[in-house]
Amino acid sequence: MTFPFPASDLLVILPELVLTQLALGILLWATVVRKGREATLAWVSIASLAAAAVLIPVAARLSGPLPRAAFGGMLTLDRFSIFFKVLVLLATAVTILFSLKFVGTSSYPGGEYYALLLFSAVGMLFMASGTHLVSIYIALELMALSQYVLAGYFKRETKSVEAAAKYFVLGAFSSGVLLYGISLVYGAAGSLDLGDVARSLAATPRSSLLGVGIVLTASGMLFKIASAPFHVWAPDVYEGAPTPISAFFSVGPKLAAYAIFARIFFVGFGPRAGDWAPVLAASAALTMVVGNVGALLQQNVKRMLGYSSIGHAGYALLGLLAYASGTDARGENFGLWAILIYLAAYLLMTLGAFGLVVLLEAKGYATESVDDFNGLSKKNPLAAAAMLVFLLSLAGIPPTAGFVGKYFLFSAAMKAGWPSLALLAVLMSAVSLFYYFRIARAMYLVEGEGELRWREEPAVAAAVAVCVAGTLLLGILPQPFVALAKSCLLP
Amino acid sequence: MTPALPGAAAGAGVAAMTVPPAAFLLVGTLLFFIGVAGALLKRNALSMFLSIELMMNAVNLLFLTYARMRGDAAGQMVVFFVIAVAAAEAAVGLAIFVALFRARMTIDVDKANLLKW
Repeated sequence: MTFPFPASDLLVILPELVLTQLALGILLWATVVRKGREATLAWVSIASLAAAAVLIPVAARLSGPLPRAAFGGMLTLDRFSIFFKVLVLLATAVTILFSLKFVGTSSYPGGEYYALLLFSAVGMLFMASGTHLVSIYIALELMALSQYVLAGYFKRETKSVEAAAKYFVLGAFSSGVLLYGISLVYGAAGSLDLGDVARSLAATPRSSLLGVGIVLTASGMLFKIASAPFHVWAPDVYEGAPTPISAFFSVGPKLAAYAIFARIFFVGFGPRAGDWAPVLAASAALTMVVGNVGALLQQNVKRMLGYSSIGHAGYALLGLLAYASGTDARGENFGLWAILIYLAAYLLMTLGAFGLVVLLEAKGYATESVDDFNGLSKKNPLAAAAMLVFLLSLAGIPPTAGFVGKYFLFSAAMKAGWPSLALLAVLMSAVSLFYYFRIARAMYLVEGEGELRWREEPAVAAAVAVCVAGTLLLGILPQPFVALAKSCLLP
Repeated sequence: MTPALPGAAAGAGVAAMTVPPAAFLLVGTLLFFIGVAGALLKRNALSMFLSIELMMNAVNLLFLTYARMRGDAAGQMVVFFVIAVAAAEAAVGLAIFVALFRARMTIDVDKANLLKW
């Protein structure tokens, strides 16, 4: 049997291949597992993710020196992609820990749930290493299609189904727009390989066809990271989806979408950075304002965290802008490593905060409100302290990861010549203090009326503890992480 | 601008008329924006979904035309993937709409208003 590619290319996607096989196995196994015995499936899923994580360095070593392109330039394994792959696997594993009891005690089968989470993770792994617009598009759809189902997984809960329907219609529409953008880029550049696109763009004069193509591609990306004006789905979906899935949505897809956003725009559309930077700047400003002002008005905690994640997507856009403006005197792309640090911090603090919402047992499906946190410090001081750490970090107060991430991002924006945007970001961080501290106030200053509803769940508690440790570690000792992020940049 | 499409003039004896690629591009673009208008204006989830399918097929036509104009196979390859993805999307989307109908007895998107602001 002959392949149109060297067989060693398969080593490059070894983690993805193994994870796909294991996910299919879990899907089969789920057909014979009875309700109530599904915890085994969850642990096997976590083991599969761990296996994929272990295989990443193996694949990197066996397949040759990095960066290693495979399948005719469809995929590239480099340190940038490995950084995102590790974060994606971590986010998925934490989501499964959150889901153990949430799904286990519900009336819905768990097997397909875990399999879908793994398929979504496979899509994100491929997104991280995609270097061809087609492979990126297919990976994006693999991730998104799994997620549409996951959002509506609690199919007899009206809110869950409604969230899935909205997510699906808007997601399919945005991927249609993205595809149209890609077709225009193909028409103008004559290739879909990001490296070829860049060479072609550098050689050809500016054209309106290409400009429209780039803007439409950007709008597809902005939808996936939930940036204004394409953010409307995010609060609805976060509120309606099962809480562990909301946690997953606010982290996993955003990380993967930032990976392809950075790769498409820096590697592919890099020669036109001066043209698309103003578009991203407008979106960043709008996103920061909409996210933070929107969050002020929310009572539902999941919805508030949804708006807050929109705000955070706006901050991270500053890093993309800073990258677009070039390198500093030492030749470092300060914008990109600031994004990497920020996304790692964002993953830890957002997953942690959602973990505490998972522990909070609401009176009905998707009704968790700020008042439900009333008096938590008396009932469970450790949980309250953990939530406080996450809130401080989300608001960007030292000594937490959120502060470090924001500091690097905002200073990158300053260095890159966007001082007004950096100023707006600082102002919006101040606004965010109001809504984050409403939760802190409820936990510490308000007496709880009646019985606080709280689940005791060691798996979630362990995951939250890891997030607290990470948030504080990244906040107190950022240097090793900065060095790591600097070694994971795009060429 | 318009290289003669290979094979277009092959019909010996028949006055072969070459359709310029620009015409295909025009049709594709028109179809795409009809799809966009449908997706934005229709209130029935199924009609919205069909409009989105129209958008994807319009893009397929564009990819094919650009591939032909440039003599590059990559554009033709994309079409197969887009068709496959559209089929998967139909399976997932229709399942979600059935679940929505069971929960609300309607698939009018204006009536799906539990989650707001």
